[in-house]
Amino acid sequence: MSEPLLQVRDLNQHFKVSRSFTVKAVNGVSFDIFPGETYGLVGESGSGKTTIGRSIIRLYNPTSGSIKFEGKEIAGKLDRDTEGMLRRDMQMIFQDPMSSLNPRKKVGDIIGEGLDIHHRYVTAAERDDVISQMLSKVGLSPAHAERYPHQFSGGQRQRVGIARALVMNPKLIIADECISALDVSIQAQVVNLMKDIQESTGCAYLFIAHDLSMVKYISDRIGVLHLGYMVETGTTDEIFANPVHPYTKSLLSAVPIPNPEVEKRRKSIAYDHVAEGIDYAKGTEHQLEGTHSVLATDEELARWTA
Amino acid sequence: MAEMNEKAILQFQDLDISFRTNAGTVHAIRGVNLDLQRGETVAIVGESGSGKSVTVKACVGLLDANATVNSGKILYRYTDEKGAQQVVDLLTLPKRELRRTINGSKIAMVFQDPMTSLDPTMTIGKQIMEGILIHKKADKAAARARALELLELVGITDAERRMKAYPHQLSGGMRQRVVIAIALASDPEILICDEPTTALDVTIQARILELIKDVQKRLGISVIYITHDLGVVAKVADYVNVMYAGKIIEVGNVNEIFYEPKHPYTWGLLAAMPDLETDDDRLASIPGSPPNLLHEPVGDAFAARNAFALKIDEKAEPPMFKISDTHYAATWLLHPDAPKVEMPTELVARLERARKEAEKYL
Ligand SMILES: Nc1ncnc2c1ncn2[C@@H]1O[C@H](COP(=O)(O)OP(=O)(O)OP(=O)(O)O)[C@@H](O)[C@H]1O
Ligand SMILES: Nc1ncnc2c1ncn2[C@@H]1O[C@H](COP(=O)(O)OP(=O)(O)OP(=O)(O)O)[C@@H](O)[C@H]1O
Ligand SMILES: [Mg+2]
Ligand SMILES: [Mg+2]
Repeated sequence: MSEPLLQVRDLNQHFKVSRSFTVKAVNGVSFDIFPGETYGLVGESGSGKTTIGRSIIRLYNPTSGSIKFEGKEIAGKLDRDTEGMLRRDMQMIFQDPMSSLNPRKKVGDIIGEGLDIHHRYVTAAERDDVISQMLSKVGLSPAHAERYPHQFSGGQRQRVGIARALVMNPKLIIADECISALDVSIQAQVVNLMKDIQESTGCAYLFIAHDLSMVKYISDRIGVLHLGYMVETGTTDEIFANPVHPYTKSLLSAVPIPNPEVEKRRKSIAYDHVAEGIDYAKGTEHQLEGTHSVLATDEELARWTA
Repeated sequence: MAEMNEKAILQFQDLDISFRTNAGTVHAIRGVNLDLQRGETVAIVGESGSGKSVTVKACVGLLDANATVNSGKILYRYTDEKGAQQVVDLLTLPKRELRRTINGSKIAMVFQDPMTSLDPTMTIGKQIMEGILIHKKADKAAARARALELLELVGITDAERRMKAYPHQLSGGMRQRVVIAIALASDPEILICDEPTTALDVTIQARILELIKDVQKRLGISVIYITHDLGVVAKVADYVNVMYAGKIIEVGNVNEIFYEPKHPYTWGLLAAMPDLETDDDRLASIPGSPPNLLHEPVGDAFAARNAFALKIDEKAEPPMFKISDTHYAATWLLHPDAPKVEMPTELVARLERARKEAEKYL
């Protein structure tokens, strides 16, 4: 196997909210992403997915742990070159499109910003061309370049965020809920586009999403987070065919099925780690078959695989 | 007062809205008709940009400043302080009056982008309490207790301490749940949810949907759901409205839409949806892009993307054809003189599978 593009080891990210309250958002999380691969990150709301993304792209200073990008340590203090490399080769599509787009800038300039900073064009006409093409690729029209973010629908705005990230041809794209505000047909169009871009540029995705059918479809490997712990990871097939952790099982069983008579009657599997007496801090990573591993104590693993 | 359907609590009649932009006038809403009855859940689905959010924003007086309502009514039926039935056109109410008496207390809305409806400088505890203090005239201690209860109901653990958190200190899904808590705080008659669960994982989503259902059963409120997630629609909706290019192009009860769709756009939507069995190399999507509403479409707005388009689609806009008492669709394919067209074979197979699957539960 090739060298990982991104290597996260034992990442901790804690936030001190007040003197007596520290949120331990991410606890000892480790995973790799290989070039050209799509790694799906799923998990409960508030489990630390966005935080992991933001720590990797260094919007946060990690509390501890190591993050290597192309073999280079980026978890600590960054020198200017490394910072420049990160801004260019890593892009994030943000979960909350409205608050991540500058409301006073026209959409064309928002998409063009990275191109401007990194001098990616020679003439102004070339710049406009690249922007127009990008807008069309995400299913918007070149005329939209003249509008401001608030003049778009939620899904249109989300596509502006996608265009802004993709236009830079980065090596790693952290896509945080980037298709959740899109209707299924445009979701399909954007996911197809992401796959095409991956094929032609070899970029990798950290794909954060709640829609498990989409995660299953697009990801090579998947990590399942709960309360800031990586409770299970493996290839998409390993996770979907043989989920071991009770949280993963509960998650898979809760996917709503687009079939009214079925959906209105079906029951999903509940999960309550307190009731089951699970303390994540006590668990260790147990390797099952292949790349499949689960966080558990020996006793828990025996129970879950019995 | 205006004519209103007997049983409806809220009724959109021929709503027509446009926006002024640098590039010209965008005719975003082109005659929307929609009925909501008491205790019922109506879903609106449809293409991104088709006008779902604008439609519902119109009834709480929250249209952007560059919007013009060209025509139409939004009738709302309520019981006044003296216990008499009143019908009012929400579009004619002065904005102040609308905000004071309707918005937030009688009609509550959960917005698509939670960050835009939360105040970043105020703790979430204060924000939930504010609504309770204004609309319910409760004292501070009662409001605080109620706010805590609501936070726990929407599944936020550590509610006591989270009350002091600011919106940016919460995850995307937690913010969305805070907005839902604020909406429920005022015990509204109508709850409008614009993509209320897109930022939530499926387990929390299920919990929120249950919660809303529960409140609905207890208080008999009516709910409008806007969502792209057809699984959610299948779970919660009594009726489904499918929107395309500023119009509702198909409406029916949830079974009619999922098992016997009639409009080619609805076919495309159902076919594009991946399920856990999808492993094709590419996902099916509807070819082409939606019409640019800077230019008024001639004929059927969906014609250019419709593999089943007829000659007449280029000239005339189809009216709503009746399929059953509850099912209508705007496509010339339903005209008695239209050639008989079968939906795509993959979709036929898929619907067949869905019906078979459903029979197991009957
Ligand atoms: N800046 C911050 N200050 C304090 N706490 C924070 C901050 N950012 C995130 N948190 C907390 O960290 C935890 C993880 O949040 P995160 O946004 O990573 O969750 P998530 O998995 O992305 O959830 P969602 O699916 O709801 O978006 C939450 O408890 C959140 O409140
Ligand atoms: N302030 C505005 N100025 C100009 N155009 C606007 C404005 N607000 C909305 N629009 C346009 O009106 C149309 C309908 O927007 P709306 O937000 O209702 O879409 P939507 O159906 O909710 O889509 P989504 O699923 O993406 O949220 C879109 O084409 C949008 O670009
Ligand atoms: Mg998040
Ligand atoms: Mg919308």
